[in-house]
Amino acid sequence: MAKQEIILLDVWANMYSMKVKIALAEKGIPYECKCEDVNNKSQFLLDMNPVYKKVPVLIHNGKPICESSIIVEYIDEVWNDKAPLFPSDPCGKAHARFWADFINKKLYQIGRKLYTTKGEEHEAARIEFMDCLKLLEGELGDKPYFAGESFGYLDLSLIPFYSWFQVYETYGNYNFDLTMSAPS
Amino acid sequence: MAIAQTQNITTCRSNGGGSEVVLLDFWPSMFGMRVRIALAEKGIEYEYKEQDLANKSPLLLEMNPIHKKIPVLIHNGKPINESCIIVQYIDETWNDKSPLMPSDPYVRAQARFWADYVDKKVYETSKKIWTLKGEEQEKAKKEFIEILKVMEGQIGEKPYFMGESFGYADIALVTFYSWFYTFETLGNFSIEKECPKLIAWAKRCMQRESVSKTLPDSKKIYDFFIEMKTKLDL
Repeated sequence: MAKQEIILLDVWANMYSMKVKIALAEKGIPYECKCEDVNNKSQFLLDMNPVYKKVPVLIHNGKPICESSIIVEYIDEVWNDKAPLFPSDPCGKAHARFWADFINKKLYQIGRKLYTTKGEEHEAARIEFMDCLKLLEGELGDKPYFAGESFGYLDLSLIPFYSWFQVYETYGNYNFDLTMSAPS
Repeated sequence: MAIAQTQNITTCRSNGGGSEVVLLDFWPSMFGMRVRIALAEKGIEYEYKEQDLANKSPLLLEMNPIHKKIPVLIHNGKPINESCIIVQYIDETWNDKSPLMPSDPYVRAQARFWADYVDKKVYETSKKIWTLKGEEQEKAKKEFIEILKVMEGQIGEKPYFMGESFGYADIALVTFYSWFYTFETLGNFSIEKECPKLIAWAKRCMQRESVSKTLPDSKKIYDFFIEMKTKLDL
């Protein structure tokens, strides 16, 4: 592959940015990371992501790709010579996309309610968040990774939440080690 | 009328040999329509099973236990859920004709981005038009038009979202066209007046048999909505 210019617009604590960084690392792709200030977004970010004005944004040879799941699929398709992140069969891919979509739609939104709501709404979020994690745990089963023997798309979609577990445990009043029935 | 309601099981010829394809769906669903268009584009025969969403079937609950929603594509007994995921699955599995995704990875990423934009923005905002009133409804209408204008801008002078070929991003949005009359009537506004190029694009898509035979008549959708509104007292 000819010399590539790869830039990642990022915020260090952002779980979606972490997904992209893991994918880039899995593929051994060197890149320049530019940290954004969410309270003072750069003109560059606004130019590269005019629709949502959010990170992460991957800029590959000057062309922006936005939305973390879409960026990860792009990385897997372009740098397809090593470390495949997706199963090769359409059914396996659909399965991975479904659960990653579940994580994006449910886990993040409900997790956010743990530290932004109170009272009954908070209690409902606590229960729903744990239900989501148990569903994912069930999906993992006894396999080392979600798709089986190899680390892949679904693992990297979920693992960034692990860095936020202390936040969720504190605000959700959980102890994940006791609550989860199997080491996950 | 644009929907297939056959209850007969038909076998499907795919590049991999015979296969059974079943679609669990609900005729007015814009999300179900996406799958029907994709199946039609590929010439795939399938069994259509209309679902009663007020009284969900054991099959639906078994095939989509997480979300309990349509559409669900069941291919050789295995369920695939979420309309955009189903459309990509159809494109990847029946890959011998009518590609729905662009071949270039960057353009493909853009197609995914716009389909995702439709999913994130169009349905929720349009829902506000038919559930809110007064100032809140006016606000929702403005927001809806802004969203449509963003997409109109993306299409620009091109025949379709990604260029010369009809595909994934077009499929994601065009199914809402059958509901435009309902939104316009409830909100007392004209989408064509605000977004003429978008309507021109929609009419261009409707020239494709897969789209025109799938999208139900707009007035039929409106009548369905009024009936649903009355029952649910919305």
